[in-house]
Amino acid sequence: MNADDPRTLVSSFGGGRRSGLLGVVPAAVREVVERRDLLYMITWREIRIRYKQSVIGVLWAVLMPMVIVSAGVIVRLAFATLSGSPMKLTDLTSVTVKAAPWAFLVASLRFGTNSLVSNTSLVTKIYLPRLIFPLAAVASQLIDFLVATGIIVILLALAGAGVSLNILWVPFLLLGIVMLAVGLAILLSAASLFFRDVKYIVEVLLTFAIFFTPVFYESSLLGRWAPLLLLNPVSPLLEALSTAVVEHRSPGGPWLAYSFSVATVLLIGSVLAFKKLEPLFAESV
Amino acid sequence: MAATVLDVRNVYKKFKRGELYDSLRDLLPAIARRIARPELKEREFWALRDVSFDVERGEAFGIVGANGAGKSTMLKLLTGIMPPTSGSIHVTGRLSALIEVSAGFHPDLTGRENILLNGTILGLKREQIRQRFDAIVAFSGLESFIDTPVKRYSSGMFARLGFSVAAHVDPDILLVDEVLSVGDYLFQRKCIERMNEVIANGATVVFVSHNLRAVTNLCKRSVFIEKGAVCMLGPTAEVVREYMSHGQEDRAKAERDVMITRVTVHDVAGPRVEFDSDSKLRITVEARARTPHEDMSVVIQVVDDDQYPIFDTCTQRLGRGALSLDSGSTLTCTFEIDLGLAEGGYHVNAFLHRYVTNSPYDRWIGAATFFIAGTPEVRGLLNLHPKLLSCAIESRAPDPVVGALPPRRDDPE
Repeated sequence: MNADDPRTLVSSFGGGRRSGLLGVVPAAVREVVERRDLLYMITWREIRIRYKQSVIGVLWAVLMPMVIVSAGVIVRLAFATLSGSPMKLTDLTSVTVKAAPWAFLVASLRFGTNSLVSNTSLVTKIYLPRLIFPLAAVASQLIDFLVATGIIVILLALAGAGVSLNILWVPFLLLGIVMLAVGLAILLSAASLFFRDVKYIVEVLLTFAIFFTPVFYESSLLGRWAPLLLLNPVSPLLEALSTAVVEHRSPGGPWLAYSFSVATVLLIGSVLAFKKLEPLFAESV
Repeated sequence: MAATVLDVRNVYKKFKRGELYDSLRDLLPAIARRIARPELKEREFWALRDVSFDVERGEAFGIVGANGAGKSTMLKLLTGIMPPTSGSIHVTGRLSALIEVSAGFHPDLTGRENILLNGTILGLKREQIRQRFDAIVAFSGLESFIDTPVKRYSSGMFARLGFSVAAHVDPDILLVDEVLSVGDYLFQRKCIERMNEVIANGATVVFVSHNLRAVTNLCKRSVFIEKGAVCMLGPTAEVVREYMSHGQEDRAKAERDVMITRVTVHDVAGPRVEFDSDSKLRITVEARARTPHEDMSVVIQVVDDDQYPIFDTCTQRLGRGALSLDSGSTLTCTFEIDLGLAEGGYHVNAFLHRYVTNSPYDRWIGAATFFIAGTPEVRGLLNLHPKLLSCAIESRAPDPVVGALPPRRDDPE
């Protein structure tokens, strides 16, 4: 093979390697795309291991969101009893629509935070683009989420929720949630490699996060304090999902724009931080 | 014209001793201390200091050195797992490492699934693995266990599967670190043959090993690293000799009343490491006494890799009477032996014995090492110089299949 061969690849470490700040993100994306087979296989491994030697297997993907939905139903029932007005069907469908993406986000963060630490042997012994680990963690949860979504679609159809053109918003809104999940997973995976505390902080935050996020209720419930809840970038996305799917209205507004801005900045910032820290991974685990 | 594919220039690597700050609780006081006394760096040390070498395309290059000399750190820098603290490393071509070949395995997955997984980890595309799958399985010899989870494998099977995947990656540059110590003898032979094949196909190999015989056999050039710095760079035979004589200098520092100070293996021309099977080999033993000693004899012993004695002799048995040394005097004696050994690595032990009782004054196990070059006609320990006197095949018309020699069934390959 000679130097003109396009397959020849020159890599250098130390010394002269100084790529500009803006070049880092496209370079990282290119590296991951080049090793997409690896991303596929690591994702496949996560899913395969999760359901190996388990009796109900993939049904767990449905069961976990269903537990959250059941909790939501009980909360709504309590609301209805307190206010004296009967529970509406839309209350239930709204909770269902918001619970599945929420379960996806929580699982992605929990799993993504540990994705580098639990692959220590690969991080320290073989060179590969380490971004693949948090990405695979989110991707494997995304597969579970798609399975759960299939079930939810059937449930909504059975409940007679109806369809409108506003359903076209759904992929766009889910993209926002995935962007948040990926950005946070990348950031947290690197952070927990250096400080194991991060894992516990994330656990505590995720346990209580459902109180700061309008999953079981709407932010409008808080009246003029609603913006406080909407500062959580997940909130406008979840509410918009409910608006589009359950209320058949077109979502939008400044809060949704805010969510997407946060997601974009987070995603780029996390990749920058990750690539900056990556050379230290092998000796800091 | 050969092109440089690995260019290592003035590489330094710094590590910290002791625990890193693993939690925020430890970090905050550490930062406070840093601010108070910014020069505090007592826990740092250099794992590599000013290391430079280059490797050309198609070359087999060896890295030797004692444990902790920095060999593995060097490989980690070459693969890009860690960056150097300063200096530069340029790699031209696809580089693959046979380091921890089973690191990517997951115990719950089957052999088949792990081949797919580990192949992609080592840089293959899924399509390429599918094409090579049968070859990988055949190389590992694990056909009947390929659908068993690898957690049920023995450690030897585990390592064999790992090496088999790695051996089919076809990189431009292959880094090998001690993987040959896994598996049984036959599998090790297979690995060496595979590496020779890789070299023959034009790939570059960087080989790190304590198996000096394998390094000598495979590599034309080597570097000897000691305490993180390059001690010698050049033809492997010279580098290996330098490396082995370094152990002797360490010994010279020890102080004893009477002791062996130096053991060298050489021929008429001078010191060497590799010999032909039917040549003559000389062993020179030097000893020194600080106080007067009488009634001594010098014993030399040749052992194989497992310290199994093949041969020994001594000055007494060869007709020299008791040796005496005054204080401060030195003794030098040279033995010559007819080799007659088969291909392999052999070690020399030297002893200073009391003439009558044979109890030792000083003993030096592994004082020197030498290798016997390939003896294609014989295997085993000894070369008994076989000759094929006759080998006749008599064919009978009605039965054309039968030959005079039975089929070879015991051939390990």
